[in-house]
Amino acid sequence: MTHTLADGTNADVITRETLFWILAVLSTGAALAMVLVLRRAVHCALMLAVVMLSLATMYAMQGAPFLAFVQIIVYTGAVLMLFLFVLMLIGISSSDSVVETIKGQRLAAGLAAIGLFVLLALGIGHAAIGPAVPQTDALNGSGNLTGIATLIFTTYVFPFEVTGALLITAAVGAMVLAHRERTTPKPTQRDLAARRLASGNLAPEPSPGVYALHDAVDRPALLPDGSVAPESVSAAISQRVVEEQPQLVMKKEVES
Amino acid sequence: MSPVHYVALSVILFVIGGVGVLVRRNAIIVFMCIELMLNACNLAFVAFASMHGNLDGQVIAFFVMVVAAAEVVVGLAILMAIYRARRSASVDDANLLKY
Repeated sequence: MTHTLADGTNADVITRETLFWILAVLSTGAALAMVLVLRRAVHCALMLAVVMLSLATMYAMQGAPFLAFVQIIVYTGAVLMLFLFVLMLIGISSSDSVVETIKGQRLAAGLAAIGLFVLLALGIGHAAIGPAVPQTDALNGSGNLTGIATLIFTTYVFPFEVTGALLITAAVGAMVLAHRERTTPKPTQRDLAARRLASGNLAPEPSPGVYALHDAVDRPALLPDGSVAPESVSAAISQRVVEEQPQLVMKKEVES
Repeated sequence: MSPVHYVALSVILFVIGGVGVLVRRNAIIVFMCIELMLNACNLAFVAFASMHGNLDGQVIAFFVMVVAAAEVVVGLAILMAIYRARRSASVDDANLLKY
């Protein structure tokens, strides 16, 4: 009963060791890339997903199957998706500027990191961290879930209740913070019509691609005299087009 | 693998996350780095649980996950509110309380 999960055979130990080193290099590399290399927030989120998934595998290797699944479901599934949602709202291309606003901040941060690392490493070096207790079915196998449940509902029942209060507070707080009071009345159809009349442009805006070579949304419409109608392309798209490909496309279309 | 390796890895991840909090200026990325630090702590907790052969460490790691989820919800909501007011997610732009 107790020896199925214990590191009994030699091959099991070797597999576990190999897996640990692969995952350690993977997670450290992903974390370093996230912090130091990548500028775009979306790429950072993906790197964080790599770290979280490798940590989940490590939990499973250490005899914490429940935590491994919670890590995947709660962290990689819920928390990271929340990050991605907010990224969508704020702008998918939001990236960091590389300009230092505080002089010598990077150097100071590097020194602080080295100091923290030395401090923690010394602490670990002095601590007596023994070998792992052989894993048993009762603690790390099929009994893992019931064991954690027993602990939560006996020893840690008060913190567990407080956690419930915390979650409710967080949900209410998020609703309050994300809620926006409308300060002006919602424009009615009549208001919109009046606005359009006042603008002097009764017809709808020209749609992209009219009289142009292509009818893609990022190609501006050509007016009958061959000039480009810039208002036919949505502001968000034209911004990106200008950023990624120079005016060449538009010019060529005008000439043809 | 002995728990020392796992604890060492968690120290490395924690320091990397700390560097990210200090260096990066996009508030979302700062949040991600905080999550990285919390994850590193969880790894250490699980390693200690496997060293002692009981489940207390795993329960603490579970609580850390719950608190982290609550923290992310509130933090991202604050971020949305700031972004709406200032059109920026950079931590340098939220300096209304500076003086």
